[in-house]
Amino acid sequence: MIVSGKAVLFGDNINTDIIIPSKYLTSLDPNELAKHAMEGIDPSFPNRAKEGVIIVAGRNFGCGSSREQAPLALKYAGTKCVIAESFARIFFRNAINIGLPILEAAGISGEIDEGDILKIILEEGKIIDETKSKVFSASQLPSFILEIIRDGGLIEHLIKVLRGYET
Amino acid sequence: MNICEKILAASSETKCVEPGEIIEAKVDVAMINEITGPLAIQTFKKIGLDKVWDNRRIVLVLDHQVPADSVRSAELHKIMRAFAKEQNIHFLYDVGDGGVCHQVMVERGHVMPGYLIVGADSHTCTYGALGAFATGIGSTEMAAVFATGRIWLKVPSTIKINVTGRFKNFVTPKDLILDVIGKIGADGAIYKAIEFTGPSIRKMSISGRLTLCNMTVEMGAKTGIIEPDEEVLQYIRERTDGTFRIFRSDPDAKYERTLDFNVDGLEPMVACPHSVDNVKPVKSVEDVEINQAFLGSCTNGRLEDLELAARIMRGRRVKRGVRMIVTPASSEIYFQALRNGILEIFIKSGAIVCNPTCGACFGGHMGLLASGEVCVSSSNRNFIGRMGSPEAEIYLASPATVAASAVTGKITDPRKLLEVEA
Repeated sequence: MIVSGKAVLFGDNINTDIIIPSKYLTSLDPNELAKHAMEGIDPSFPNRAKEGVIIVAGRNFGCGSSREQAPLALKYAGTKCVIAESFARIFFRNAINIGLPILEAAGISGEIDEGDILKIILEEGKIIDETKSKVFSASQLPSFILEIIRDGGLIEHLIKVLRGYET
Repeated sequence: MNICEKILAASSETKCVEPGEIIEAKVDVAMINEITGPLAIQTFKKIGLDKVWDNRRIVLVLDHQVPADSVRSAELHKIMRAFAKEQNIHFLYDVGDGGVCHQVMVERGHVMPGYLIVGADSHTCTYGALGAFATGIGSTEMAAVFATGRIWLKVPSTIKINVTGRFKNFVTPKDLILDVIGKIGADGAIYKAIEFTGPSIRKMSISGRLTLCNMTVEMGAKTGIIEPDEEVLQYIRERTDGTFRIFRSDPDAKYERTLDFNVDGLEPMVACPHSVDNVKPVKSVEDVEINQAFLGSCTNGRLEDLELAARIMRGRRVKRGVRMIVTPASSEIYFQALRNGILEIFIKSGAIVCNPTCGACFGGHMGLLASGEVCVSSSNRNFIGRMGSPEAEIYLASPATVAASAVTGKITDPRKLLEVEA
C-alpha cells in the first residue's frame, strides 16, 4: 500500500481534545467531524488537508481520550497517513481500526519540513521524502495489522473473515 | 509472571505470556458510554450480525452529558436505549440510575479481580484498583468485541511503583499520582502497565486506589493495577456474588523497572496548564487567581473526596467572584453525601451541587470556561480547550486543594488555610 501527500508538521503530545474538541462529539457524521479536525491547534488544517496530507508529529500523538472521532476527523479531512515519534496506544489502535495508515518513526520529526512531498510504502515501513530525495524507515507493522489497514479497517476486515468462515 | 501477565494468560487460555507477545483474549465485560457508544453501535450494525456475543457482559452508561443538554445529546441517548432494548441488555444505567461510567462499573459490581475488561473510554484503566486488567479502546474495536467477545492485545511490559511512607494531613492519593506523572512524563508509560505496590498502597482506601489507577492513562499506560487484598474482597462482596479468580504477582515476576516513592515528605501538588505532567508543588503557584473550582469526575468525585472537601468548606464561604461546582460521581455517592449532610455544607458555602455527570471535566456541560478564565479542578486533564474555551487555563489538584482554593480565590495549599484559622 502506497500513499503520498504533503507533509504537515505538529509537535509533541497532540491530544485528542486538540484533534477534535468534545463539543463536536455529538455528531456521528465523519464529514462534519472533519470540518473541525485539529481545531484546537490549527483551524486552517481542514482546508490545507483537502488535497491530501501526511501528518508528521512528535512524541505521544493522540494522547487523551479514547474518542475514535479523532482519527476519523483526520482521515475524512484528507489525512493519508500519520507518522509520529510515538503514539498514544488507543489512538494507534483506533487509526488502524478505521483504516487510517499510521507509522511510528523514531527521530523523524526533525528530518522533514512542512510541505515536503512524502511517499509512504506501508508494508516496508519506508518514508520517502521526494522533496529532499531522502528515505527514512519506520517500525514495521505486523502483517495482520497491515491486512486490517489494507481492508479499509477492522469492520471491513471482520466482514471478510466472517464470510470466509461461511464459505 | 506479574499480575497483568497472569490475567492476560488466563484470558487467552495459555499458561504463560511475555511482554511484547500478541494474544487473542476473551473479554469478561465490555462498557460503552453515550459519547463512544453510538459509533460502536452503528459500526456493529455494519457487521450484519443480529445478536451481540453476550448481552450479560455488556454495560451501557449514559454519563457524559446527562440529562441531555441538547437535542443532539438526546439523540445519542436514544440510540443507547434502543440498542439495549433490541439486544436485551439489562445493564443500561440511564439518567438518575447511575452516574459516571467508571464509578458505576465498580460500584455496581461489574468489576471483579482477574477480569479482562474493555471500555470505550480512556479511563477504563481505573478498574485495576480492584485487581482487574482493564483498558480503554475505541468504538470500532468495541463493535468487534460486541460481535466476537474477543480482542487482540499486546502483552505490556510493566513498571512497578512501590510506595512507602505516611500521607500527611490533607495530602492525598491525587497528590501522589500527580507527583508520579510529573516524574514519569505524559508519554513515559506508553504501551506499558503500571503496578502499584508497597505498604502505603495496602493502607490506602479503595477510593484512593481508584484515583491512582484512573490517572495512569495520563502517562500513556495501558492500565494501572493493584493486587487485590481483603479490603477489595470486602468491597466486591458488598456488591456482587459473582465468581472470580484472584491473581497475584510472583516473587520473581519481571518488571521493566521499579520506581520507589515515599509519601512522608509529599506535599499538595498541582498539574499546571496545559499538560498533565507539568506538575509543581501547590505552594509554587499560590498567587494564581481562579474563576472556577471543580470537584467531581471519575478521578475525584467519590464520597471520600467530597468528605475531605467538606471538612475544609464547613463554616467557610466560596470567595466572591469564584464559582464552585460539585458533581458527585454517582447517584449512590450523591445520596450518601445528601444523607450525611455534606451537600448541605457545600450549598451553605455557596457552591452549586450538580447531578452526577462527566459534566465540566469533559467540557460538555455544567460548568464550561470562558476565554481567559482559570479553573482549579479535581479532574484528570488540563489540555487546551478541555473544559471549554481554548483560551482558558486548568490546574489539576486534589479535592482538598480545590476546596481551599474556592475559599481563598487563589490556588491554595489546604494546610495553609487551616493553619491560618486555627
